[in-house]
Amino acid sequence: MSNQDKIWKYGDDINTDMLFPGKYTYTCSTPDEIKPHLLEDLDPSFATEVKSGDIIMAGKNFGCGSSREQPALGLRAVGIKAVIARSYARIFYRAAINQGLLLIECPEAVDAYIDGAEVNLDLTTGIIRIDDKEIEFPTLPAEILEIRDNGGLLPYTRKKLEASRK
Amino acid sequence: MGKTFAEKLLGKKSGSGSVVPGQIVTVRPDHLLMHDNAAAIIGKIEQELEKFGVVDPELPIIVLDHVVPAANEKTAANHKTVREFVDRHRLVNFYDAGEGICHQVVIEKGFALPGSIIVGSDSHTCSYGALGVFSTGIDRTEAAALLLTGETWLKVPQSIKISVRGKFQRGVSAKDLILTIIGDIKADGANYCSVEFHGDLQGLSIADRITIANMGVEMGAKNAVFPVDRIAQGYLDSLQIASGTYDILWADPDASYMLELEYDLGAIEPVVALPHTVDNVSPIDKVAGIKIDQCLLGTCTNGRLVDIEKAASLLKGRQVDRGVRLLVLPASRSILNEALRLGYIETLSRAGAIILPPGCGPCLGAHMGVLAPGEKCLSTANRNFKGRMGCKDAEIYLSSPETLAVSAIYGVITDPRKVM
Ligand code: SF4
Repeated sequence: MSNQDKIWKYGDDINTDMLFPGKYTYTCSTPDEIKPHLLEDLDPSFATEVKSGDIIMAGKNFGCGSSREQPALGLRAVGIKAVIARSYARIFYRAAINQGLLLIECPEAVDAYIDGAEVNLDLTTGIIRIDDKEIEFPTLPAEILEIRDNGGLLPYTRKKLEASRK
Repeated sequence: MGKTFAEKLLGKKSGSGSVVPGQIVTVRPDHLLMHDNAAAIIGKIEQELEKFGVVDPELPIIVLDHVVPAANEKTAANHKTVREFVDRHRLVNFYDAGEGICHQVVIEKGFALPGSIIVGSDSHTCSYGALGVFSTGIDRTEAAALLLTGETWLKVPQSIKISVRGKFQRGVSAKDLILTIIGDIKADGANYCSVEFHGDLQGLSIADRITIANMGVEMGAKNAVFPVDRIAQGYLDSLQIASGTYDILWADPDASYMLELEYDLGAIEPVVALPHTVDNVSPIDKVAGIKIDQCLLGTCTNGRLVDIEKAASLLKGRQVDRGVRLLVLPASRSILNEALRLGYIETLSRAGAIILPPGCGPCLGAHMGVLAPGEKCLSTANRNFKGRMGCKDAEIYLSSPETLAVSAIYGVITDPRKVM
């Protein structure tokens, strides 16, 4: 049980206002400013109890709503290992890639999870283990993996710019 | 097999020729839109900007609109940062506080050219599809990278075809249509897709099309687009944009779509989106009579001259109910000026409305018009998420301007057809 990943389970259509309230968008932009307000209107216990290595499991259309990158940036900053959802809204999906936050689109895993089940996510093999069930999850196209593997879009861009200068 | 609008445009603009859904292409967008969040965007890349500069001073369009005039020291400092950045890098397309909501400004100032690609660090960037633009929202980090490189990747989307015909009944408008569509296909029904409008579009003005395209993102769409027909060309003519300066490009008749839907405008009824999701759409008779505390007329969805005109004509000689605060938020200075000239603003103010400066303010709960716990607001905006207007214990209902104006008179949600 020791290496079991802690799961934060939420429903469908979790929007950006629930992940990070709009009223803070112009006053909070650094990880330290964002962290205390993460999921504030959805789950007040999240910001104080979340630990590095935790996983968020959710339904369809996770991250819908505004072009607001604080949720992706904040979830990465508190150490969320991955978000596993049935599907994602596209701006959030891009924001996560750009922040280097791992999103896994895997309805089978969401279906297989019942409260209290033991979940282990193995990133090297690309397998989610839920109790005894093993589910393979899809990976990203190579062009996009390159962005994430460089630590997100800005480090990737920096590298490209420096290279073009030489 | 024919191509959809998105396939054709992305194939052409990326230089890849024939592309298929799922393919990743690299494009150089014609413009990059930013608003108050430009301050945070440039904050990410200060050193790189110093070293490499902005890739093209004509690429960014920056409009200060979200918290204007500044609400506090922090937002004022953000605006100042943006102004200094604009000066330092000699950026050409800057609109300071008071000019209007970014999406309306982009269209009015003639940046939304058919056949172009515009990306913006705001989810409602999809509005310019009203004029045949491929436009879509991106996040701040991506906007930062674009300022430096001018290029980004896009996945060629699958497409949805929505065919319309006919004319709206009295008291019904584009907002009712788009809410009906979103209620039918749901908040993720068009996820990652290009939504393309076909059929007989004579019944939809440019203002109607902007309202519709604006809300594409509320069903998850990457972009929502209309063909450049006579109505669109007429609008571009009115902006003094010569027809030779843009690229008219549209889907082939035999293109293949993931989903096809049809709507008869004449059969659309007034609807309201109930708290707390945009796809929670109800016919108006089911919610008529709900007491409201505030009405917000305006935003990038319904803050255009026709919307203000409709409200003024319904409120002329009448009074807003004593229990209601009616906020009027014109989408731009030029709209405000016209509405002043035509007497609409005076009519609304005499009826008891509070006139706000052009901008976003209450729409995102950042500035003015914040709700109290337990209050209900009827709004012509595009989003009713919990907490959106600054208070998580308040409720937001979305409607057309017609429904809003009539409801403001009675203090309860009211079917506009009853009095029209
Ligand atoms: S009016 Fe509202 S929806 Fe439109 S850009 Fe401003 S905050 Fe966003």
